[in-house]
Amino acid sequence: MIKIFKYSFSDLMRSRWSFIYLAFYLVLGFVLLFLNNNLSKGIITLMNVIVVLTPMIGTIFGVMYFYNSREFTELLMAQPVKRSVIFMGQYLGVSISLSLSLVIGLGVPFLSYGLFRSSEIVNFVLLIISGSFLTFIFVGLAICIALYNSNKIKGFGYAILMWLFFAVIYDGLLLLSMMVFADYPLDNFALVASFLNPIDLSRILILLKLDISALLGYTGALFQRFFGTSTGLVVSIGLMVLWTVAPCGLLIRKSSINDF
Amino acid sequence: MIQVKELSKSFAKLTVLDGISFDIEQGGIFAILGPNGSGKTTFLKILLGMVLPDSGTILYQNEDISRSHTYRKHIGYLPQIARFPDNLSVQEIIEMIGDIRGEKADSESLIELFGLEKFLDKKLGNLSGGTRQKVNIVLTFMFDTPVIVLDEPTAGLDPVSLIKLKDLISREKARGKIILITSHIMSLVEELADEVVFLLEGNICFKGTIGELKTKTKTTDLEHAIAAILEP
Repeated sequence: MIKIFKYSFSDLMRSRWSFIYLAFYLVLGFVLLFLNNNLSKGIITLMNVIVVLTPMIGTIFGVMYFYNSREFTELLMAQPVKRSVIFMGQYLGVSISLSLSLVIGLGVPFLSYGLFRSSEIVNFVLLIISGSFLTFIFVGLAICIALYNSNKIKGFGYAILMWLFFAVIYDGLLLLSMMVFADYPLDNFALVASFLNPIDLSRILILLKLDISALLGYTGALFQRFFGTSTGLVVSIGLMVLWTVAPCGLLIRKSSINDF
Repeated sequence: MIQVKELSKSFAKLTVLDGISFDIEQGGIFAILGPNGSGKTTFLKILLGMVLPDSGTILYQNEDISRSHTYRKHIGYLPQIARFPDNLSVQEIIEMIGDIRGEKADSESLIELFGLEKFLDKKLGNLSGGTRQKVNIVLTFMFDTPVIVLDEPTAGLDPVSLIKLKDLISREKARGKIILITSHIMSLVEELADEVVFLLEGNICFKGTIGELKTKTKTTDLEHAIAAILEP
């Protein structure tokens, strides 16, 4: 697996898109810090960008990489290696190279604004961790979708729809159902609903740490009340890990029974 | 060495292979022929473990291939479409495949044979289709495998390289290897193949030497013999 990962990683790190992605974060980081001139505000603004953008880029890259390298994957499958090794290697290659772009792209501007000398370092690290989690989760989900759909256009469409669902539609549906069932106690429902969306989870995760109750929203406030800040953090990170492991399991299972 | 037993595969409602059986006991060049969609590539993919059969088995050295992946150490595969990661260099892809197989590879002589020295540092994404196919050939032949599977090996090759490829195939055959080849270029098949397996609508409708095929169809060349089978 390490061998496959090594080569797909070094292939991806040299691709133009990785550089564009990296450059985007560099520019975004510097511009935000220049405008806000405040690390804490910069982190809050970035959070809103990251919870939507990293899943989208992860989804698009995951699907694109899978379809683009399909012929090469076939060549790899003709070698004496297990299928799960090939797919996990490629999955790690995509996820880690994207996460690295995120870490470097945001790390450089924040470091140059004196991150180490400020108390914001923990918040920043948490932001990067949840961005990386989202990247891993959505790359995994996207590759699963691609595995289930040999038709490129369909696979791409479903993947984008999946992103749209988690990023936008899900919250809309949640809000709608809360309005419709406003007469009933909805605390548990809302709490569980927030478990089921990794984007919501990561938003709660960051906001719990930042301790800005005004931005927490209904589910975030519930989360805080139910678990308290520190347990809430542990629970949300635990759920994110679950969200990361689940697509991997599906990926390994589906890849072992798929025809190529 | 290779035994195919009652192999069947369908995709949705389309039956691609319908219980084919045959044995390959000794070395030689075996051409798998048939019209488009007759199941040639599907058969090769099952042999390589990329497609899982609905029923039936392939035994390699008396072992069921569906239970392991190590048997692929003995198979060299030349895919129909040569596509590699765009940002790796030719040198890197050769190292990568050697690394993954964990075997000693003899790539130098092949690189020299196909004149790829000047491309070694070039990115694979910038190579022409023919050059990529040459890289593909190097990757296939650089290991000393007893079985070689070639899926449309001549795609995109210039005449000089084609001659070199034919020599290469003949040389490997002389070393007693089993070479499975699919091609739509009948002259190539006629020149190289010892035996022909003709697939039609998922069944084997002929297996034997080219001479036998010509006698059976009362024709003088392979192209007409094939046409005679297809349109009786």
